[in-house]
Amino acid sequence: MSFQTDNKLIKWFDDRLPLVTVMHHTFVQHPYPRNLNFAYQFGSILGVMLTLQIVTGIVLAMHYTAHTSMAFDSVEHIMRDVNYGWLLRYMHANGASMFFIAVYLHMFRGLYYGSYKAPREMIWMIGVVILLVMMATGFMGYVLPWGQMSFWGATVITNLFSALPIVGDPIVTWLWGGFAVDNPTLNRFFSLHYLLPFVIFGLVFLHLVALHQKGSTNPLGIEIKGPADYISFHPYFTVKDFFGFAVFGTVFAVFVFWFPNYLGHADNYIPADPLVTPAHIVPEWYFLPFYAILRAVPDKLMGVLAMFAAIGVLFILPWLDRSRVRSAAFRPQYKWFFWIFALDCVVLGYVGSQPAEGLMLVISRIATIYYFAHFLILMPVLGWFERPKPLPTSIAEAVLAGKTSTSEGEKA
Amino acid sequence: MVYRSIKVLAAALVGLGLTTGAALAAGEVKPPRTVDWHHSGPFGTYDRAQVQRGFQVYKEVCASCHGLKYIAYRNLMEIGFSEDQAKAIAGEYTVEDGPDASGDMFERPARLSDKIPSPFPNANAAKASNGGAYPIDLSLAAKARVGGEDYLYSLLSGYTDDTHGHECSTGTYYNPYFPGSCLAMPPPLLDDLIEYVDGTPATTEQMSKDVSAFLTWTAEPKMEERKQMGFKVIVFLIIMAGLLYAAKRRIWARLH
Repeated sequence: MSFQTDNKLIKWFDDRLPLVTVMHHTFVQHPYPRNLNFAYQFGSILGVMLTLQIVTGIVLAMHYTAHTSMAFDSVEHIMRDVNYGWLLRYMHANGASMFFIAVYLHMFRGLYYGSYKAPREMIWMIGVVILLVMMATGFMGYVLPWGQMSFWGATVITNLFSALPIVGDPIVTWLWGGFAVDNPTLNRFFSLHYLLPFVIFGLVFLHLVALHQKGSTNPLGIEIKGPADYISFHPYFTVKDFFGFAVFGTVFAVFVFWFPNYLGHADNYIPADPLVTPAHIVPEWYFLPFYAILRAVPDKLMGVLAMFAAIGVLFILPWLDRSRVRSAAFRPQYKWFFWIFALDCVVLGYVGSQPAEGLMLVISRIATIYYFAHFLILMPVLGWFERPKPLPTSIAEAVLAGKTSTSEGEKA
Repeated sequence: MVYRSIKVLAAALVGLGLTTGAALAAGEVKPPRTVDWHHSGPFGTYDRAQVQRGFQVYKEVCASCHGLKYIAYRNLMEIGFSEDQAKAIAGEYTVEDGPDASGDMFERPARLSDKIPSPFPNANAAKASNGGAYPIDLSLAAKARVGGEDYLYSLLSGYTDDTHGHECSTGTYYNPYFPGSCLAMPPPLLDDLIEYVDGTPATTEQMSKDVSAFLTWTAEPKMEERKQMGFKVIVFLIIMAGLLYAAKRRIWARLH
């Protein structure tokens, strides 16, 4: 149904290009389950973060110079001589971290409430693609200041591709644009770092199209059955989402204004020097669990494959999970395994930050095996053995009986 | 499966505990001594007198080997020097400019807009004069080292003859705070090495602290502005969150 209005201009416009109808449908009318809890805030927060990263990034790019001999100085120029340049850069750098915090929480929410299950596989899979593109963007962004960790991070990560048989070395040369990480590498990373956020923007659009096609899940994991089950996006979720922005924004602001370098590495304030290797090359915190998986495998090629498989396995998760019940609220065993899995990811992140030797290596191997076992063994097997709790007949019934599932897993 | 998960969990927890202990036992590097800086904390500001003293230490001691290339003389007005004082300081330096109309480079006294000139024309010249070791540019030193200004202070005041059995090769000096324990920089500060303009006794301790505070400012010159803006932003966001939460409660109350 098209947007109803008496304004002739808007009518004329909307009749020919239904933008107003689409916006009205998306941000006003669209029905959402009435029982969404605060774990469902992160989608809209991510939309805001993406916009913020693009806006701050475009302004930073006006002052940044993508050349090995000038990049580091141009970043310091931004920090010292550009009006509010320090604010832009700290927002952008910490914004990347906050973006990943939000995306991981968003994904854990999806895992807890079974958001990836039929008929929402496409929403989930597009989401995994977004994660991959985000990782590429974040990685290349960290290279741009051309500090020590930029340079050596770029060297280590691009070298991973050399593990591939036959095509490995040509791929690495192609990525570098030469025979080492150098100016051509920096230039192409800058170009791609500017491009990929817009690719993410397009993917987010698809993510939302798929979401609107099947509607949001909810903490009960049952579908909307009647008008009593849903409420319109506006005003209920607009006000709730804005509250979410303010809370998330406060955490973001604490980092930007008081701990702007806490999530970075001191080494990246040393200009890149191809002749001096830092004692400890560590990627950004949001890559640490995957870095741990990479190093847990003794063979380089197998390590690289394991690292990519750690994300690849998410693609097939909708088919690995054999449970008929979506929400962990009604899955007594899965609920436990969910939290163990979350802990496993934290453990992987921790060991990823430590030198891969001794006990850390042992832990990283156990945690890696558990990571894959969770998806490849637990998810299929649990579906058969678990006795789910009885589901409520409708969302409205459960909500009005005071048994809102908001108390159930609001920490997810 | 459950049993295995518990074992994983236990192993992880034990692992965390053990490695912390092991790291401390094996660690040769002493953790930096922490200082209660005037600029620490959410409202901390630079102690102008201290930072100015630190500049004096830099100018009279460090500057013979270390550059400060991101700092211009005009920036000195941010730490409490008057424009005339900053101009006078700039006037003590000569910088190369040019080419002039006939194509020659020439030297002239520095102006406020000039950056502080580095003591060596390039890294190789710096290394050649320092036994192969490169004296880093100090502009970002406080952010480029784990431990920040605490580390700089501990390092500068931490040289000791008590080497705990470490043998440092000729041309390197033992310092327990330095990763690797032996560094190429000889102890740069001695008691009363300089005479402070403001009459503060120039102990090694005092000079180390002052120059570390100065270098914190050179690394993060916008810190005061940042913290002040941050306070306003965070107060705004918290009030905003409170109002939005009230609005949310009120709007959602229609549903029940």
